[in-house]
Amino acid sequence: MQIKRKDLLGLEDLTREEIEIILDTAKSMREILDRPIKKVPTLKGKTVVNMFFEPSTRTQSSFDLAAKRLSADTVSVSTKGSAVQKGESLLDTLLNIDAMKADAFIVRHWASGAPHFLAKHTEAAVINAGDGTHEHPTQALLDMLTMEDRFGKIEGLRVLIVGDILHSRVARSNIFGLKKMGAHVTLAGPPTLLPEYFKELGVEICYDIDEAVKDKDVIMALRIQKERLEEAYFPSIREYRKYFGITRERLKKASKNAVIMHPGPVNWGVELDFDLIQERESLILDQVTNGVAIRMAVLYLFIRGEKAHE
Amino acid sequence: MNRKLFKGGNVVDVLRRKVSKADVLVEEGFILAVEPSIEASDAEVINCDGLFIVPGLIDMHAHLREPGEEHKEDIGTGTSAAIHGGYVAVVSMPNTNPPCDNRSVVEYILRRSKEEDKAEVLPCGTITKGRKGLELAELSDMHEGGAVAFSDDGSWVQHSGVMRRALEYTKFFNGLIISHAEDSTLTHMGLANESALTTKLGLRGMPIAAETIAIFRDIELARLTGGRLHIAHVSSKDSIELIKRAKEADIKVTAEVTPHHLLFDENKLVDYDSNYKVNPPLRSAEDREALLDALKKGIIDVIATDHAPHADFEKMDEFNAAPFGMIWLDFAFPVLYQSLVTSGKLDLIKLVESMSLKPAKILGLEKLGAIEKGYRASFFAFNPETEIKIDREFIKSRAYNTPLYNFKVKGKIEWTLKDGKIYRH
Repeated sequence: MQIKRKDLLGLEDLTREEIEIILDTAKSMREILDRPIKKVPTLKGKTVVNMFFEPSTRTQSSFDLAAKRLSADTVSVSTKGSAVQKGESLLDTLLNIDAMKADAFIVRHWASGAPHFLAKHTEAAVINAGDGTHEHPTQALLDMLTMEDRFGKIEGLRVLIVGDILHSRVARSNIFGLKKMGAHVTLAGPPTLLPEYFKELGVEICYDIDEAVKDKDVIMALRIQKERLEEAYFPSIREYRKYFGITRERLKKASKNAVIMHPGPVNWGVELDFDLIQERESLILDQVTNGVAIRMAVLYLFIRGEKAHE
Repeated sequence: MNRKLFKGGNVVDVLRRKVSKADVLVEEGFILAVEPSIEASDAEVINCDGLFIVPGLIDMHAHLREPGEEHKEDIGTGTSAAIHGGYVAVVSMPNTNPPCDNRSVVEYILRRSKEEDKAEVLPCGTITKGRKGLELAELSDMHEGGAVAFSDDGSWVQHSGVMRRALEYTKFFNGLIISHAEDSTLTHMGLANESALTTKLGLRGMPIAAETIAIFRDIELARLTGGRLHIAHVSSKDSIELIKRAKEADIKVTAEVTPHHLLFDENKLVDYDSNYKVNPPLRSAEDREALLDALKKGIIDVIATDHAPHADFEKMDEFNAAPFGMIWLDFAFPVLYQSLVTSGKLDLIKLVESMSLKPAKILGLEKLGAIEKGYRASFFAFNPETEIKIDREFIKSRAYNTPLYNFKVKGKIEWTLKDGKIYRH
């Protein structure tokens, strides 16, 4: 099983077969994580550079851990304390690090398309770890792996994504990935954060959460960023919770088997009420574990896959 | 020898709307005669066989970046690019640093233009002091100093009262107000057209309504005041409707479209190529077609380039960080000729007139924009058979920010004549 492309820029570009290869590889990678010695020499001698131009704890440590589990050498570059703060451009940064002969760049950037830009200027694999409001492919892959674990398959699943869809790269990658794998996707949230343009991606849109939760297998809440409040996308956190929060009361209308997911970190009491965890199955921590497995799979397939696309 | 005889070219006659073989006799910077055949034994003869002889182009909208941002372009490199591209006159937009908001900057630009002695620079002054949108700049003094129009280009004058005064005040010298129609409260931090495509790409949108709201208000103010309004870089079908209705109501309004809005649409953004990042943004394919149609019907009067040079290091950055704009002066005419005329989408006369005669008329430039007895001897020779390659060797602008970089285009400007002086390329 091989992936014949150099970079993982988003799920929109991937085929269903490629997604299946990554998910299957991740399952075997997960076995490594359960061993007493959680390390294999697969990527020994390879160099992975984490380039995080935006604060991130879980994604960055997840990628770092994934690379280390496969014995790759890792280096981290962040905007804090780096030449970027001195006014160095993204291209300057890349060209300099590229000259140090890395095999892969993991790129998290506040600008949509930044990994695409970098991919054009390096021979190394570029893995998108979240670009602006565009895509976050490994997050969606780990979400899909989590759903597959729970339900046995993704085909036919009814998935609801709730919240700030407009600014969510997680939502976009999930829409592309889930649609490709045959799931039904419904989006919900205030219209300011859920423009009707999304309909063109082949999803349903619903502005009434009570209606939206009905018959869903997966309810995925997205993080509300506090700065959206300053930009007046909605009037108050209180009102958001009232109309778009997943509350215990509201979940009674969902199907009995429905599970809760969230890319984290959760604003408890806003997107999700804390007490519903007692009542419903939450896969939030499974998502985190699967994150390492997915990133191991991606590093393995895209770095090792080098020969295939040379 | 003072006299020059241009023999045997296909003269593009925008006044009579025809192309015919003719000889053109030029003396002391003016056209003496345009006849099917002229004999002048005392004239230097320039053979124009196989060439189109086209009136010198006038760009109503270019950024020459001087004063203040000479690392992108200056009046020397900008006018070299212009004359190379067949332009004999270029309106320089005032969003420089400092902005062209008083007579001393207008006069500085005119002096630099004379020193360079290539395409003529026609300064556009700002509408408001410092382009801040609050107080009128010294419009009449700038006009007397040589400013041909006024615009806060790059920003819309948000304050309706100030814009009203600008349109009203300039009436006593028949001034022209150019509107950069963009309600920035709707485009704040925007990067691309607001649409399904750009939503998918995660690029912050700039809705068409930001343009139509601004155009609607400015048209209403032109109606109220009777002032002359020109709408810069129109980008959408809805905007065209407003301009059409205003023209039908005899409001003094004219409009321009850029080559990029005629040729490209938002689908070009899928690879995040910052060379396609322009303001107003590239819209849908439907909008692009509507713009071409409006040009054909005369609802849009002019093709203006919005030539916006930027240094490589500025454009070669993430899409969010890269500045808006692309360059055009060196090659707008050959590219438009190949894409629109050769393909039969636009006739040659319409293309030429929208780039020469119409801007001359709107700007009030006497004896410019046509090849006619008594007119200024400003025209160029276009060879439709010779191929050019748009690369560093070809481009005379200081900047290279164009998605057409390294593209080959059929059609070469062999030389440009400006006020009787020939510039060979």
